[in-house]
Amino acid sequence: MPNYFIDNSDLQFHFKNLEIKEIIALAEDNFEQAKEFNYAPISYEDAMENYRKVLEVVGDIAGNYISQRAADVDHDGASFSDGKVSYASGTQKNLQELSQADLMGMILPRKYDGLNFPFTIYMMAVEMVSRADASLMNIFGLQDIGDTIRKFGNEDQRMEFLPRISSGEHTGAMALTEPDAGSDLQAVKLTAYQNEQGKWFLRGVKRFITNGNAQVLLVLARSEAGTKDGRGLSMFVCYGDETVKVRRIENKLGIHGSPTCELQFNDTPAQLVGSRKFGLIKYVLDLMYRARMGVSAQALGISQAAYEEALKYAKERRQFGKAIYNIPVISNMLIDMRVMLESNRSLLYSTAKCVDEKEKIEDCIEKLKAEGKSFAEKNTRLKQVTKLANLLTPMTKFVLTEASNKITYDALQIHGGTGYMKEFRVERLARDARITNIYEGTSQMQVVAASGGVINDVLAEFYIEKEKKEYKGGLTKLANHLKEIRLLFLDCLKYVLDKKETSFQDVAAKDLVELYSYLHIGYLLLDEAEKESRKVFIANRYIVGAMANARKNVEAIKNELFSDLLHAEKILL
Amino acid sequence: MTNDKEPSTKYKQPRTKEMYNSIVLVKQVPDTTNISGQVMKEDGTVNRSKLPAIFNFEDKVALEFALQIKDKYGGKVTAITMGPPRASDVLRECLYMGADEAYLITDRKFAGADTLATSYVLSEAIKKIGNYDFVFAGRQAIDGDTAQVGPQTAEKLNIPQITYAEEILDVKNRTARIRRKIEGGYEILESKLPVLVTVIKDAAEPRPFSAKRVMAYKGAKSLLELEKMVEGNSLLYTDQLVHEYQSRSLFIPTLTTDDLNVDVERCGVKGSPTKVFSIESVVLAGGDHVRIENSRIGMNMLIDKLMEDHIFG
Repeated sequence: MPNYFIDNSDLQFHFKNLEIKEIIALAEDNFEQAKEFNYAPISYEDAMENYRKVLEVVGDIAGNYISQRAADVDHDGASFSDGKVSYASGTQKNLQELSQADLMGMILPRKYDGLNFPFTIYMMAVEMVSRADASLMNIFGLQDIGDTIRKFGNEDQRMEFLPRISSGEHTGAMALTEPDAGSDLQAVKLTAYQNEQGKWFLRGVKRFITNGNAQVLLVLARSEAGTKDGRGLSMFVCYGDETVKVRRIENKLGIHGSPTCELQFNDTPAQLVGSRKFGLIKYVLDLMYRARMGVSAQALGISQAAYEEALKYAKERRQFGKAIYNIPVISNMLIDMRVMLESNRSLLYSTAKCVDEKEKIEDCIEKLKAEGKSFAEKNTRLKQVTKLANLLTPMTKFVLTEASNKITYDALQIHGGTGYMKEFRVERLARDARITNIYEGTSQMQVVAASGGVINDVLAEFYIEKEKKEYKGGLTKLANHLKEIRLLFLDCLKYVLDKKETSFQDVAAKDLVELYSYLHIGYLLLDEAEKESRKVFIANRYIVGAMANARKNVEAIKNELFSDLLHAEKILL
Repeated sequence: MTNDKEPSTKYKQPRTKEMYNSIVLVKQVPDTTNISGQVMKEDGTVNRSKLPAIFNFEDKVALEFALQIKDKYGGKVTAITMGPPRASDVLRECLYMGADEAYLITDRKFAGADTLATSYVLSEAIKKIGNYDFVFAGRQAIDGDTAQVGPQTAEKLNIPQITYAEEILDVKNRTARIRRKIEGGYEILESKLPVLVTVIKDAAEPRPFSAKRVMAYKGAKSLLELEKMVEGNSLLYTDQLVHEYQSRSLFIPTLTTDDLNVDVERCGVKGSPTKVFSIESVVLAGGDHVRIENSRIGMNMLIDKLMEDHIFG
């Protein structure tokens, strides 16, 4: 009976080394809520104990129940008939259990029947659920729709929608994408209009809406007639009632358990969330931090599952008189996968903490504002963490989702021809991973989003601080590699900026973001290596590998690999 | 223990006028599914202290039955276990699943009990707790495999029993209709309440622990556990702690020979006529049964099969 929390020593390592005392302090407000709720913690230690025990519950449900149904869910898929979407029976059972276990409102306040957990802990739950069944994450992981309503909606809306999300009675969906507005959400056309009494209605079409059959829909719509850009868009919440027609669900490569819907809104009554015109420029951008982290955790969960399958198969499969695990080429692939997996996890939870802190400070500032108190000090910190979150969130999604594709690809490769067959789990994992670097912003969009922070070298102070640090024995060599990578990065950055050619800069951004990610992840792993000796192996392979990759990035930039872009028409026959 | 601080839910279960209280018999058992080398003693018996202790699965299904009765009709669910102090672990798990109260029945004088002595003590504990309509238990525990404790307890309580239950079909006018498994099929029985029901493992899937209840009751302690806390700390007094834990709904009431109307001669090893005479390791040989039609075709198939297995020809 596998428990996906207890059996994952690396996840436990991160849980033990979370250091989220400040985040808990902000979230729990002196542990006052223990007076009102018997499940609220009374101290920091008690809070951590609560998280550990609840993550064990999630690990039990994920490992012993959800994962057992994943193959059937993939086979059956969500279905569509007579205008109604039905989840696969396994998905229904999964949701019932997660609801019974009170896990559908993990990050919502207790006042709305949630658990009031830090976002970081929720990400750990998302990782485990995704390891069991990636498609379930697209329903379980939509809890942050509730969080958007909490942050930007009014109290009536919170009372109306949140308790039912917490209880699992309602699930949510974000209806953003349209046929002509995918990566470019500024082009959203779906209309929001008011009647004479000032009530809002929605009319138009949304496409590729994950869990679009949900009871609660958060819809981005054009409320300002005649506008063409993002400033004419507002955020609305409505019920998926009879005015919202599901026109079809997509037949997809992977995540079959998650219905992807085309929705037609026929004068659907809706409520404005927050203020007009802030739909895209504030609320969607805010939602995206959490949504992108959710997909990153999903990618990591799939990577973990694929790695486990590959390792197990390599130990069982015998060729040439021995387990293929003992063939150096195979064990080398497995080590690469493991190092990628663990470095991904370090990045995920470090970024999750950053997003967590940003959100908690924002809540705190709102509270201070309401009480008429000064919030200048908090605001300074908020600016810092926001800058970091703006860089780290897209960087994390870029790195983890690309890695998930690589890990599932290699896991299938280790299975050989067997892996290509439906009988083994690994082909499902490879199909499921494929969407992660596409939705909630493609990898190419993540590079664009991260490049601002990279060009401004927002982690400069962090790196300079780390470069001053004395690392234990053998780690000094690795620290020196990182110093060297930083010099290479700064040199390349200067080269790209001096070039003053936007097409070159756009393409070189990927190399720059990669260089920057080696540094950040490299230092995270060095710190971990100081805490646990086994991690020295991880840091070593990651950083030595990063050194080699960095030289490749540098060569591409300095030798102007992309200069032929100007001749694209001649090359692309 | 009153749960005035029940984790809040906006959507209360429906309450009808007919409410039914259940008592569930649960047991902590050694996890015999993962027996490794160290666990087996030289004489072929199991060293229990080396095995992880788990919630006997069929008892979890029994608790699920009780919780479903509560969800449907309302009422109260009480879990009880007889065992050593560490058996409090399964009682906490009962609270995590949704039990309203949990009692630990423990005493050195209860140790070494066979099914007769166990059912005697359990029946006295049930009488003491009282006010019940159903007693649920797993069909059997994986450590003893006797399937006797449930039926013997019903006998001592002088109430009807239905064993091997698969489903409670309905409860009306203090009469339950229950489907039970029999060889080759099932039968539906009706019984007046109170009734003792033992359930089989496929009868229901036990619900997961509720996160809120896990957080709320993770600190629940039995009297023995509180006494242990006192031992290590001269500033603490047991009565005071019990009071504090009771006020926070975190006290697991403990019943000993002092609390029950029991004859100690009938408890524990003294009250257990069953003695283990010897233990043999029996390997059950033999495979599947094959039914052969009494016809020419059937006979030909049999001959083919015997030839295939090289018994013939």
